[in-house]
Amino acid sequence: MNSAIGFLTEAPPQLLPARELMAFTLASHILLVPFGVALPAITLLMHHRGLRKGDAVALQLARRWSVVMAVQFAIGIVTGTVLSFEFGLLWPGMMGRWGDVFGLGFGVEAWAFFLEAILIAIYLYGWRRLKPWTHFWLGLPLPLAALMGAFGIIAANSWMNTPGGFTLDAGGNPVDVNVRQAVFTPMFGPEYWHFVAGVILTAGYVVAGVYAVGWLRGRRDRYHRLGFTVPFTVAAILTPVQFILGDSIARSVFHDQPVKFAAVEIVWNTDTHVAEYIFGRLNPDGTISGGLRIPQLDSILAGFSPDTEVTGLTTVPAGNRPTATEATIAHWAFDIMVIIGSLLVLLALWYGWCWLRRRDLPRSRWFFRCAAIAGAACLLTVECGWITTEVGRQPWIVYQNMRVAEAVTGTRASSLWAMFGIVVVVYVLVFGAFLTILLKMRTRWRIADEQLLDVSAAGPPEGDVPYGPRLTTAAGSTEATEATEVAAAPDHGTGRADGGER
Amino acid sequence: MISGISDVIAGVLLAAVTAYACGGGTDYGAGFWDLVAGGSERGERPRWLIDHAMEPVWETNNVWLIFVLVIMWTGFPVLFQTVFSAMWLPLALAAVGLVLRGAGFALRKQTRLLAGRRVYGAVFAVSSLLTPFFLGAAVGGLATGRVAPGTTASADAWSNGTSVITGLLTVAATAFLGAVFLTADARRFDAADLAGYFRLRAWYSLGAIAVLAIIGLAVTRDDARYVHNGLTSGIGLILVLLAVVAAVATAVLLYRMATGLARITAVAGVALVVVAWGLAQRPYLIPTSLTVDQAAGAATTLRWLVLVTLIAVVLVGPLLVLLYRLDTRGALQPLTDADLRQPPADQASDSSPPS
Repeated sequence: MNSAIGFLTEAPPQLLPARELMAFTLASHILLVPFGVALPAITLLMHHRGLRKGDAVALQLARRWSVVMAVQFAIGIVTGTVLSFEFGLLWPGMMGRWGDVFGLGFGVEAWAFFLEAILIAIYLYGWRRLKPWTHFWLGLPLPLAALMGAFGIIAANSWMNTPGGFTLDAGGNPVDVNVRQAVFTPMFGPEYWHFVAGVILTAGYVVAGVYAVGWLRGRRDRYHRLGFTVPFTVAAILTPVQFILGDSIARSVFHDQPVKFAAVEIVWNTDTHVAEYIFGRLNPDGTISGGLRIPQLDSILAGFSPDTEVTGLTTVPAGNRPTATEATIAHWAFDIMVIIGSLLVLLALWYGWCWLRRRDLPRSRWFFRCAAIAGAACLLTVECGWITTEVGRQPWIVYQNMRVAEAVTGTRASSLWAMFGIVVVVYVLVFGAFLTILLKMRTRWRIADEQLLDVSAAGPPEGDVPYGPRLTTAAGSTEATEATEVAAAPDHGTGRADGGER
Repeated sequence: MISGISDVIAGVLLAAVTAYACGGGTDYGAGFWDLVAGGSERGERPRWLIDHAMEPVWETNNVWLIFVLVIMWTGFPVLFQTVFSAMWLPLALAAVGLVLRGAGFALRKQTRLLAGRRVYGAVFAVSSLLTPFFLGAAVGGLATGRVAPGTTASADAWSNGTSVITGLLTVAATAFLGAVFLTADARRFDAADLAGYFRLRAWYSLGAIAVLAIIGLAVTRDDARYVHNGLTSGIGLILVLLAVVAAVATAVLLYRMATGLARITAVAGVALVVVAWGLAQRPYLIPTSLTVDQAAGAATTLRWLVLVTLIAVVLVGPLLVLLYRLDTRGALQPLTDADLRQPPADQASDSSPPS
């Protein structure tokens, strides 16, 4: 167990399958994370609007989103549990040596997750029988619990990047654990805020994208307008914020993990006046093939001056830094993330401009086409950000303290490959079924809405509706407000605008 | 009895395992009865009840497991490392089972076509059987002393007699808990026929537990000497006897259809057995190679872990009570199709010409 040194020999055969398995399960789980953290918040925002304005359309959207949330949360729970198991199944060496140093973050995450599971159950199943505002207030702590859970996870990950809060004894074992320093490591702050902004805007763009597609297909009713506007506005506000946060985390990496920064920017030799490469491939001999070279820019970005000295990969022995291929992967992931992020800033500005000028959505179909794919692009950036931080840290699992190869399980490679195969099949089926069910729900609801439009004169069907009879009276008063407050908010003049466009 | 901070954390770990055995166990049991409920026609009503009884709380019950894992790796890193290295296969299979189970259950609820529901239901039910078996087998294997720090994965560690019996006992215990809770739920949902149906199954599973326990006593005598002794003497024996009393009381209470009390005694019975097992292992986490003190992590971390646990109890406790109370009072109901289709009045007014 105490093999801090002497592991410089070649990697054990089980390393590759263990890595692939971890990467695959995490890459899958991380796609659900934005929704686990931010969908409750966005839903509650819509819910609040529905209750405050007595807006039945907003309530309807919130109800439907909560049904989606139910399925997504369940899949997120099980794929997340798998990750907890994998700490032991794949990386027992890391947990055995460092568990008591950095594990506490997970303790926070566990109880936050507990709160979330309870609150979400009350929220999802409370629509029918709880009093409307009681129901809302019981749901309100959900986003806080989600942020708390994220705190735990990010604390653990940032510790792996900039480990602290311990000293090593003669045998290389951590002693004198200082929990506060182990939680609040240098990378924690930047990583946390970058993550929070990232997941909220991703969830916002994905949800808005669903209604952007509907809008492009000609469904321009208030339901689609509201379903688009609320999440898109949240995401659009956060996009420029995220741009700044992203820039600042890159500089934190420059200061606290210089070798990772060198990998991400494919910098071979330490130098000033370092050029920035957009894409391009780092060769094992340090040359760079392809890519767009912008002189001086990397130094300027890292320290606001072309004289800034940027540490190169060659400052550490080859065994202590990412390989050329790994550096290229991290570099591409980083560039894709930055490019998509920049494009999203433009999209947000477009939206903001139209809103300031006309208090209305942009008219261009191209705007909605971009909005429709913004969600998918955001999910791609989430993957890219994660690849950047994880691949850029190689070959360390605990930066400069433990190699991935030292942490890996002793289980035979063949068992791991077999498990990898099983897990891929299971995940493909589960995620496939999950998507199918979401699409079916959407179709079912759309058909129901279309039927409703045909027979709108027939009035609401009988049966006990959520929140009882309140809805109908509230709806009556909304119509009155709408008539008086034309164009006070983006949603209000809709009936007219739609009529004009059809 | 409690000598230091590491014993406190060991107690917290045991409490979390107990909570998972009872909360998660009830849900696994529901899955077990889903599996054996028969064809889609005959099993329709039991499955309907299982769906409704499980749905608001199963995710919460599942989180106990995450708590167990976190306390293991933060409080006793060496224990975590050893268990997951030596019990690799059963734990890997349990993890896959957990995914299939959760996904199967959540997706079945949202599926309308019978064929689809059958597939998801089967996946849910089969993995509800396998997951507790593998978890139980891993625990049983630890009790035999075949595992020590440094042991690598081998089939022997979890495919021996004690492991198999413990796995089967775990499944039987979950089936018992599931049946008792479903009996109570059947009364709550006014389904008298199902109350009788599940009461009968609760008795059956109690019989199965008794048989397995007797076989287990014989098997563990030589195979898991240390734990066997702990369970047949001193405090371990007292707790086991109390568990037997609780089990008999459950059977009697079910006969009288006092389902509310039966739930309590059933949980008490299972919890007592788990606690008895934990105490029988003292002072070892893995008999007889790793003691609580040897496995304990840094003292600072353990103190913080106590703090985190206290916060969890203060924050989660009341909400957990609220959730179970709302649930048993019927305040929590799923949205029906009609709710989601229900006309938003504004949209209706949207389609008609504006005033």
